[in-house]
Amino acid sequence: MTPNSVVERNTARPTASEPVPVLVVRGLSRAFGGVRALDDVTLEVLPGEVHGLLGENGSGKSTLIKVLAGYYAPEPGAELQINGRPVRLPLAPGNFRELGLSFVHQQLGLVAELSVLENLLVGDLSKGGAIRRISWARERRRACETFERFGLDLDPSASVLALSPTDRARLAIVRAVEEIRSTLEGDQAARGLLVLDEPTVFLPREGIEQLFALVRDVVADHASVLFVSHDLEEVRTITDRVTVLRDGRVCGTVVTAQTSNCELVELIVGRRLQEFHAEPRDLHDAALAVEVRRLVAGRVHDVSFSAARGEVLGVTGLIGSGFDDIPYLLFGARAVIGGELVFDGVRRELSAITPAQALAAGIALLPGDRQRLGSVGELSVGDNVMLPVLDQHCSAGVLRRGALHDVSARLLAAYDVRPADPHATYHALSGGNQQKALLAKWFQTEPSLVLLHEPTQGVDVGARQQIFAMLEQAVQRGLTVICASSDYEQLARICDRVLVFGRGRIVRQISGDEVTKDRIAEQVYNSVALAESTPGEG
Amino acid sequence: MQTKPTTPLPTDEPHTIDQQPAGGEAPPVVRGSKVRAADIGERFALIGAWVVVAVVFSLVLPNTFATTANLQNIFGSQAVLVLLGLALVLPLTAGDFDLSVSFLMGFSAILVAKLNVQDQWPILLAIVAAVGVAAVVGAINGALIVGLGIDSFIVTLGVGTFLFGATEWLSNSQTISGVSTSLVNWTVTNRFLGISMAFWYGVVICAAMWFVLAYTPVGRRLLFVGRNRNVSRLTGLHVNRLRIGALIGSSVLSALAGVLYVGSQGGVDPSAGQAFLLPAFASAYLGATSISPGRFNAWGTFIAVYFLVTGITGLQLLGVASFVQNLFYGAALVVAVALPRIVRRRAAGEEAAAGS
Repeated sequence: MTPNSVVERNTARPTASEPVPVLVVRGLSRAFGGVRALDDVTLEVLPGEVHGLLGENGSGKSTLIKVLAGYYAPEPGAELQINGRPVRLPLAPGNFRELGLSFVHQQLGLVAELSVLENLLVGDLSKGGAIRRISWARERRRACETFERFGLDLDPSASVLALSPTDRARLAIVRAVEEIRSTLEGDQAARGLLVLDEPTVFLPREGIEQLFALVRDVVADHASVLFVSHDLEEVRTITDRVTVLRDGRVCGTVVTAQTSNCELVELIVGRRLQEFHAEPRDLHDAALAVEVRRLVAGRVHDVSFSAARGEVLGVTGLIGSGFDDIPYLLFGARAVIGGELVFDGVRRELSAITPAQALAAGIALLPGDRQRLGSVGELSVGDNVMLPVLDQHCSAGVLRRGALHDVSARLLAAYDVRPADPHATYHALSGGNQQKALLAKWFQTEPSLVLLHEPTQGVDVGARQQIFAMLEQAVQRGLTVICASSDYEQLARICDRVLVFGRGRIVRQISGDEVTKDRIAEQVYNSVALAESTPGEG
Repeated sequence: MQTKPTTPLPTDEPHTIDQQPAGGEAPPVVRGSKVRAADIGERFALIGAWVVVAVVFSLVLPNTFATTANLQNIFGSQAVLVLLGLALVLPLTAGDFDLSVSFLMGFSAILVAKLNVQDQWPILLAIVAAVGVAAVVGAINGALIVGLGIDSFIVTLGVGTFLFGATEWLSNSQTISGVSTSLVNWTVTNRFLGISMAFWYGVVICAAMWFVLAYTPVGRRLLFVGRNRNVSRLTGLHVNRLRIGALIGSSVLSALAGVLYVGSQGGVDPSAGQAFLLPAFASAYLGATSISPGRFNAWGTFIAVYFLVTGITGLQLLGVASFVQNLFYGAALVVAVALPRIVRRRAAGEEAAAGS
């Protein structure tokens, strides 16, 4: 591990009266099949503190949270203290409630069809006797008082479905705080800990302000908050200190106010980057294959870009920035509000494109979710692969089943799908072979534009290299690829150019020698700040 | 693409079937390797069970069960159920329920009888009218299920019940009898190989459906639509059209079942449809455990119908009361859906045990 100047200068220790930390974790390790997801992790959260937890995907943030939630058992030797009292590890699932911990995850855990009040009470309802009278009038009054205390204007009988995303997040937080309060009632010395696991990614900008106001109220109420995020700007706004994880190890705990964004990125990616010179490069020199004009849809606001023949264009960003919608929007798989696609010299309204038309025009989509969007697992590989080309293997409306079998066997062999047996059940294949089979499925139609979403997720290293090589071959024949991914290494490996999304807009274009894993990561972590400084750009 | 380190494709290895010795007996790739004894057993288990049931009853009841007349009765009497089971295969393959089939069957039967007997329509015209009405009903089902996105179970339950009401209204809740003798002749009286024509209509329609599902692109597409609509849509299939088509097909077959019902009875009782719903589902689900296990299929359904009726007929000849029919169909449906689960769970357990 690189010794880090930032850490030494800023490492914050509780000074003054040395308050008892709410949470102390020491020597926490956990491995998954030889990979150390957590390695001797130490973390301390002080009373009344908002403590940030930062790190790249796979750095161990989620594993740490799951150990606290009792999902995973840590290796022996780890130590956990809550409010100064040692707690025996491993925790049982759900144990955290009695300890005064509460979690709010990205998905919030609300039942949308039920009312605000019912959602608020769901924790209470799971405890105690199944048959007892619930005094709805009293619960309603209590809920109103709670909302008032936190400055929320929510109607307890409204359906959660009718709430804005921001109000839903605030409801989930209030519920978690109330849960802590009822657990710790009567224990004056105890402080609760609220763990917020990326709660902001789907919120609009104003919503985040409101959410942060609520978090400040919670902290003023003596609870502490562990705030997990990818977003430097949010971390800067709300946290007092930050702990950064990299490859399962803590590479520093710093006081936020004394640390620059640059230093934070350095901690996250592991080395210092030279300053980035964003040069608006004119890419209109090569023959344009695809041009997207003023695309507006869901989280995507007014985005325009283009890609040349034989180019691999990456799109990336934080979760919620809208980058991962791009392949689906261009394919007509998700609703588009406005925008045009110029492809193959034909201009089309994006809102009118259907997947069938996109395919007919020579566009193919490999969705990120192979199980639910890419294949029917219980059917055979041959059936899955040949589905788009059935009409080509027909005579007089009747399938030539022998030919279909032979063609698919040859195709599977050519894409090195193992076993190259069209009868094999699709879900019995490994992730890598599944993905190679899907490449075979689409490349046999000879598309001129391929849209990828996380093309190597759940794919082993060997197959990953093969998939890259297959893409490269196709690109050399003039194929254009648009790849949405949050795997920066993969983007750096295959892309000529990468567009970074922030809050639904393109905030950066990275091209040429700058297309490296670290540079992409840095720009993604800064994407929100960039989005704010260049609101009109798109 | 930039010049970045590349890995040569391992596919350069001699790996394709072209490298197989030309003209040799060596099977191309691994064709046939999947046909294991257990698979064959699963495929034909239902036929085996049918044979066993038939043999046992023949031995126990040599004078009543093992007779030509009984055989003719068993085969000749079930064409209505065969058609209803086949009607269900279409929407079930495409992933939708159709609970309206039996009610539509009853409605079509009444419609044919009323038009022919009370309104003096020529029988052929009455049949065409009934089939046309049924196609409209199928389109309505499709519009509600696909167009508005309502659960097929609820839509077809409602439409079916509505049709039942319409059936009673149309007939004044009275049995209508005296339909054209030519229809009766061409359904039950005329025989081929000693069995009523109705049976052979079932065979022909079954063969046609089997062909469409197994040997045409439409069949393959319906299968994918039923398994995963998102995958199908993203592969460019016209998911909505296929689903609506399957529902219309189901309705048309239900109407034809109604025609066979009138033809075989010579008249219709307005409550005729009710008794057929569960047996049709039992046959379709039981059929999905054989011939092409795991898929709703035409011949499997066909065999299931005759397996069930053989068992029921035998038990009734033994003197067991008529409630045995419901016991048998109900149990068959539950077994048909539970058995594959149990088999799969056991197989998964064995795999896990072998893997560790």
